[in-house]
Amino acid sequence: MLLILPFNVAASGSGQSLDVAPIDIYDIESLQRGAENYANYCFNCHAISFMRFNRVAEDIGMTEDEVREKLMFTGAKYGDTMRIAMSKEDSEQWFGTIPPDLSVVSRSRGPNWLYTYLRSFYKDEERPWGVNNAIFKDVAMPHVLHELQGLQTAKYAARVGEDGNSHQFINGFELTEKGKLSPQEFDQFVADLVNFISYVGEPAKTTRLTLGKWVLGFLGIFFIITFLLKKEYWKDVH
Amino acid sequence: MIVDKLHTGREWIDQRFPLTKFWHDHMSKYYAPKNFNFWYYFGSLALLMLAVQIVSGIFLTMNYKPAAGTAFESVEYIMRDVNWGWLIRYIHSTGASFFFVVVYLHMFRALIYGSYRRPRELLWLFGMVIFGLLMAEAFMGYLLPWGQMSFWGAQVIISLFGAIPYIGDDLALWIRGDFVVADATLNRFFSFHVIAFPLLLIGIVLFHVISLHSVGSSNPDGIEIKDKKNEKGIPLDGIPFHPYYTVKDIVGVAGFLFLFAAVIFYAPEMGGWFLEKDNFVPANPLKTPEHIAPLWYFTPFYAILRAVPDKFLGVMAMGASIAVLFLLPWLDRSPVKSIRYKGPIFKTAIALFVISFLGLGYLGTVAATPVATMFSRLFSIIYFAFFLLMPYYSKHDKTKQPPERVNYK
Repeated sequence: MLLILPFNVAASGSGQSLDVAPIDIYDIESLQRGAENYANYCFNCHAISFMRFNRVAEDIGMTEDEVREKLMFTGAKYGDTMRIAMSKEDSEQWFGTIPPDLSVVSRSRGPNWLYTYLRSFYKDEERPWGVNNAIFKDVAMPHVLHELQGLQTAKYAARVGEDGNSHQFINGFELTEKGKLSPQEFDQFVADLVNFISYVGEPAKTTRLTLGKWVLGFLGIFFIITFLLKKEYWKDVH
Repeated sequence: MIVDKLHTGREWIDQRFPLTKFWHDHMSKYYAPKNFNFWYYFGSLALLMLAVQIVSGIFLTMNYKPAAGTAFESVEYIMRDVNWGWLIRYIHSTGASFFFVVVYLHMFRALIYGSYRRPRELLWLFGMVIFGLLMAEAFMGYLLPWGQMSFWGAQVIISLFGAIPYIGDDLALWIRGDFVVADATLNRFFSFHVIAFPLLLIGIVLFHVISLHSVGSSNPDGIEIKDKKNEKGIPLDGIPFHPYYTVKDIVGVAGFLFLFAAVIFYAPEMGGWFLEKDNFVPANPLKTPEHIAPLWYFTPFYAILRAVPDKFLGVMAMGASIAVLFLLPWLDRSPVKSIRYKGPIFKTAIALFVISFLGLGYLGTVAATPVATMFSRLFSIIYFAFFLLMPYYSKHDKTKQPPERVNYK
């Protein structure tokens, strides 16, 4: 039975197209802001349990004091991984599900999905938290960034689906309740956050990209040398 | 002085172990045809990949924890806390895909130049056994990261054994060691992946190389260089493997490593083809992913499986699609070996075969929609027709006369 599983062609799983996340893993300031945003808005519920505080500090240029002040709230040790205090039983009861660990979420979902997801909450009175999400329908997560973004309502359009019937889909939002940040500031806030989450997904990425140039450079030269060597040896083959 | 000492040392060894004889037999006096082209790099590259996988695997095994509760996080631990762990892991994960790229090209070489023909039937059979072992090795290794795709891929593939009448369910249970893929499965797959199959692989690879060096390599012209020898008994078109092919193969190694490193450093996920997105989600037996597909190197066979409406017959068809490859030396009845001298029927057949194989590979990655299934069936039929009709069309094809001596430059 498993062989003929139905699946959704769209990358987002709901037919919505994804916005491109304007992120840059070399932007240290953005990563630092993102880390702080994460600590203030996500870290209560979402652990990054494969990532150590001291490694974060080292990689994104924060001092131990800064990390203790801005990121560490649970009495963890500096070399500990970024776990949360909330128990699984509690979260199960409060949200009906366990908020996932976000260590490698940027690798399973991709930064564009995260960037779009965090900006796609809209008002829906039928949901327990009063909001729904355009690319993750009926998600159990509340709109944590409500105070920053404000609240938006969904605008709908219709299109004809493969079955020949007309389907409604969300093609935009209208901000109906203002938040603390302007839309541009909010987009930047989310971009910084996603930048940090992407860094956390693969902390060795910048090392990988830098080292790659040297390795490819060496192999390129090695190729030329071996090629000339082969040519020299093969001169006498007729 | 030092040269004399080395010479004495070699004599000392030679009286106790056939070191010099071995060197002569397999390197400096092993004569290979001089007209090898691009396609002949992939044998030595396959050997290189075997070594790369074993060495990187040894280092991964030092840090990996084979238990359902710890496997996923130990992989991330390797990626973060182990010095150079990310590099070792990417070498191994990218290496698996590159191993298959190399092996498929190596097999394709044999197909177009008729390398499997008499007297190289056993050489081909050993190679096919290696291919089978390699698929098992890759399949078991893929379970170890314990992500969603690891888990559900293994669940789907092992459940195929359940389709066998009477013994199926018990057999699947016996393979898993539990009613679903679980800790017991992970542990035994780890054991097979790091000990049993690598040992078997090395052993059969040795047989493959020994039989190659006994019969000698074929070549793009598909003629036997041993038929034309000089007064010393050396093939006229043969050159010593060392130094000629050692230096040449190193060029291949350098070029290959360049591409290999480019992927390791700049695209280790290869857009989800080498490391699937869903495999960054820890295995969850209660949550089936939306779309389960094996890694790309299995998808042609998976597409054949899905093309058949009945599950048991599908499993049989998939098995047959691999089994038929074993028969290749006896299916080809052409008077010539190489595609260079084969006729238009063979050339058309092999073009259709390549299109079908690649098409099946693609279709195995997408959902089984009616259109996709229709194409899978068409390509499956062509796949089997290529082999099963070969005894007829290869015999009646219009072939050209191969030259007396190999073409070189």
